[in-house]
Amino acid sequence: MKLTLKELEKLSISIRKEMIAMLTKAKSGHCAGPLGAVELYTALYFGGVLKYDPQKPDWDNRDRVVISNGHYAPLVYAILTHAGYFSSDKLKTLRKLGSQLQGHPSRLLLPGIETSSGPVGEGLSQAVGMALGLKLDEKKCQVYCFMGDGEQNCGNTWEAVMTASKYQLDNLTAIIDRNNIQIDGFTENVMPLESLKEKYESFGWKVLEIDGHNFSEIIKAFNASKSIFVKPVVIIAHTIPGKGVDFIQWEHEWHGKVPNSQQAEEALRQLRNLKGKIESELE
Amino acid sequence: MLNSKIKLSPKIFTKEIEKVSPRDGFGEGLALAGEMDKKVVALCADVTESVRMNLFKNRFPERFFQMGIAEQNMVGVASGLAATGKIPVVGSYAIFSPGRNWEQIRTTICYNEQKVILIGSHAGLNVGPDGASHQALEDIGLMRVLPNMSVIAPADSLEARKAIIASIKYPNSIYIRLPREKSPVFTTEQTPFEIGKSQVLWLPENEEKFSGITIFVCGYLVYSALEVAKELEEEGVSITVINNSSIKPLDTELTLKWARKSKTIITLEEHQVATGMGSAIAEFLSENYPLPIKLMGLKDQFGESGQAEELINKYGLGKKKIKQTIKTIVNNL
Repeated sequence: MKLTLKELEKLSISIRKEMIAMLTKAKSGHCAGPLGAVELYTALYFGGVLKYDPQKPDWDNRDRVVISNGHYAPLVYAILTHAGYFSSDKLKTLRKLGSQLQGHPSRLLLPGIETSSGPVGEGLSQAVGMALGLKLDEKKCQVYCFMGDGEQNCGNTWEAVMTASKYQLDNLTAIIDRNNIQIDGFTENVMPLESLKEKYESFGWKVLEIDGHNFSEIIKAFNASKSIFVKPVVIIAHTIPGKGVDFIQWEHEWHGKVPNSQQAEEALRQLRNLKGKIESELE
Repeated sequence: MLNSKIKLSPKIFTKEIEKVSPRDGFGEGLALAGEMDKKVVALCADVTESVRMNLFKNRFPERFFQMGIAEQNMVGVASGLAATGKIPVVGSYAIFSPGRNWEQIRTTICYNEQKVILIGSHAGLNVGPDGASHQALEDIGLMRVLPNMSVIAPADSLEARKAIIASIKYPNSIYIRLPREKSPVFTTEQTPFEIGKSQVLWLPENEEKFSGITIFVCGYLVYSALEVAKELEEEGVSITVINNSSIKPLDTELTLKWARKSKTIITLEEHQVATGMGSAIAEFLSENYPLPIKLMGLKDQFGESGQAEELINKYGLGKKKIKQTIKTIVNNL
């Protein structure tokens, strides 16, 4: 699916609204990170990047999307309904007993989910395994792995980073949502990550650094990542946590919190149009 | 007497019996499995020869992945390979895998329902001189508690070979626990092996002669238990010895059958008694046929450096102690 920039912007506003509604109803979940990553996912699925078929979720030649930071589930679910994997009616069941929409995604319960995840720091390993497997079978599929910046603390992540480089996995694109927050505060206070770009480069990766809210930059980076050979690519996408809702933006307290009904109303009011908190690239 | 139905080696109890490390049987089996099925891939964490994956590596270099000393990543990568239709076999020492990467195994393999075969080598006290830091005595428990994970502890090299080949065809993920030391190869090609089945190796000639003691044993200690059974028989005490290599799934039918015939069960393993093979038997029998169970294993303690046999004896798992334990029970029955 390939939408225009204008359509992508419009869609990203709807997705943010759906997430606020979903999280408010669920009464628990993660808010700030997923709100800040809407453009990244929207661009991948609807900007003409990802090869997928919602009618055939197990299609052999599909690109793979690994969500290493499973707490982005509300965003992933909203994206998958727009992609046509399942009906949007299900969104209201998030985190409820018997729901296919688990607090963290379960691949066995929902089509379009490649890995059941939650504990961060291990998705890149799974993505490396998929990229290796696809290479063994000489399949031309790209593996996309979404990570948070907090999970760059994990040793497991760097083990996977070394492995991807060793096996020259140029069919692997990692995306780091560089929003600078994690549960206990700002990443640079919790466990400094910088210089992240130089770290990845010294591990043998090609690094693309972008504004994670700018659709044309995101799509350009995704497409570039597919045409870089021998090296795996990481896109460090600078984002604003809670983007679009002023009282959530930049507040790490909102990592694992959801709005109450008044806050949700205020959030939805802010998200009503592009003149809200999100600046249009086109204006 | 030996159970003739399971075709044990004619050299059993003789000095001619060959001694081989079960790791060697596993290595041969893995190479065979690689030939049988092109989907089989192997991953190792810097202990390739030691875990005997070199045979596979040399024969199928394109399907072998050296992962370095990074066991957490290794199992995650294996999960990803399984997601693309491969059958990954992951090898390391038990102390590191599952010792170091348990949550990754839980999430990326078990919860994801991706089939991966995990080899935990150098398990138990028999690792010897390397000392307590390298003696995995908790791995059966770590793996047994995970949904979608089976646990096998082969009794000798041939059984280890059969176990890896059977695992390739098995629908679930499996943890195979291997000792480092050589041990007598007392089974034969004809000895049956099936995941989920245990084997009666030694049994009383008839019911009248039965002392009422049944030993469930797995891994490196199975041969010792058989030697004890033979010695005791010569002294007029007839017991039953069951090779309980399939710890999970447990052979509930056979376990129940022999529990019903017995007065006391003894379980014997190179593992903490908490959470081990004996615990699995105790859990099952406490719900289905409660009877006294003597759990022989490590009692909430670490090992130390020494020769395998010295350690086995010191920690109360040697033949002398097994025999003594049985005699004490028999005398008090």
